[in-house]
Amino acid sequence: MCLAIPALIKSIENKEAEAEIGGITRKISLWLTPEAKVGDYVLVHTGYAINILDQQEAEETLTLLRQIAKLAEEKG
Amino acid sequence: MKFISEFRRSELAAGLISQIQRRSKTPVRFMEFCGGHTVTIFRYGIRQVLPKTIEMVSGPGCPICVTANADLDKAIALSQTPEVIIATFGDMLKVPGSHSSLQEAKADGADVRTVYSTMDALKIAEDNPDKTVVFLGIGFETTAPTIAVSILQAEEKGIKNYYVLSLHKLCPPVIRVLLDSGEVKLDGLICPGHVSAIIGSRPWEFIARDYGIPCVVSGFEPLDILQSVDMLVSQVENGKSEVEIAYRRGVRPEGNQQALRLMEQVFEPCPARWRGMGEVDHSGLKLRKKYQRFDAELAFDIEPGPTHEPVGCICGDILRGVKTPADCQLFGKACTPQYPIGPCMVSAEGSCSAYYLYGGGLEG
Repeated sequence: MCLAIPALIKSIENKEAEAEIGGITRKISLWLTPEAKVGDYVLVHTGYAINILDQQEAEETLTLLRQIAKLAEEKG
Repeated sequence: MKFISEFRRSELAAGLISQIQRRSKTPVRFMEFCGGHTVTIFRYGIRQVLPKTIEMVSGPGCPICVTANADLDKAIALSQTPEVIIATFGDMLKVPGSHSSLQEAKADGADVRTVYSTMDALKIAEDNPDKTVVFLGIGFETTAPTIAVSILQAEEKGIKNYYVLSLHKLCPPVIRVLLDSGEVKLDGLICPGHVSAIIGSRPWEFIARDYGIPCVVSGFEPLDILQSVDMLVSQVENGKSEVEIAYRRGVRPEGNQQALRLMEQVFEPCPARWRGMGEVDHSGLKLRKKYQRFDAELAFDIEPGPTHEPVGCICGDILRGVKTPADCQLFGKACTPQYPIGPCMVSAEGSCSAYYLYGGGLEG
């Protein structure tokens, strides 16, 4: 029930935004993330953005996982 | 970056699995608290790819599953009240209470409507000024702030026919109860990702500090789970117990301060009943005095009658992690997703539903 999915903010009006979720555009509430901007990815739970996704952290995690995969390959 | 497909790459999963196999020496039992994590683990067959040293058990992190029958009965009794519209998230409909379910009540004529968001429930209230809308406030810290917002919006817009039955649950207090019971010995805990998106990682620190159990906050993609298991293994093998965040793109140590502020403004902690764990202090949320006029419990005389538990159902034991669906004699026979007897078979995130749909885990 705590499902939340990434959505890309396309436009903002007051405390509401149009966001793209898996190719579909729908209205979401920004009451919980008033600092969100157009172009941000947010985590959407029951129509509310509950956090802004951190692109840099995501890249760093993936870099770490690629290093782990490379190491695993070397160790056979 | 779409934040989904990147975290499902099989070559990166292979690297993590290989690293876990290399590092894991000590036999351990890890619990994934959250039902969403249970689903990822089953859907992607993660139990099967982990080494024999690692046992995974599912925890009580499914709000629908832990809602006590006495509270379900209240919701069903409310649906029988004339001129009341019940607005609820869809998962609740089929959950059997002591005598019937919301779905059965609806078939008998009650006005029960499934909504995606509290915003939809408010809209129903605005569109039906001569009726009363009661929203079933079920959920953990992830959901409670959205319900707080709906109350603030109802106040702002002067919507007078909107009420909330507050059955929210808070996660950290129940984990303490689980650990204090000593029923399940844990060597690591995968902490819920979207509860932590709101509350942050700090509220889990007592688990690492007081119980010496390593904790990792995880996301919901298969790579997130594997990375979290790897981090737990690393802590165990290095004799550490800390709280780490694997889900760094979605969770910050301090959580979402705005959401916490709004939740705190509208609600205050209270005791709550959990299926399988009984009443737990400070594990529920009730409306603060200032917002009591939105409290369905105070606005209606609810007489649900005596509570009954389904005979033979072991959902309570499964939620505490002491039994698995494989131990239940009803599982897959009398109790299926189509005709569920216990809530863990109803909710998409319930252990029984995950076992039933994805199988494979029964032998483990």
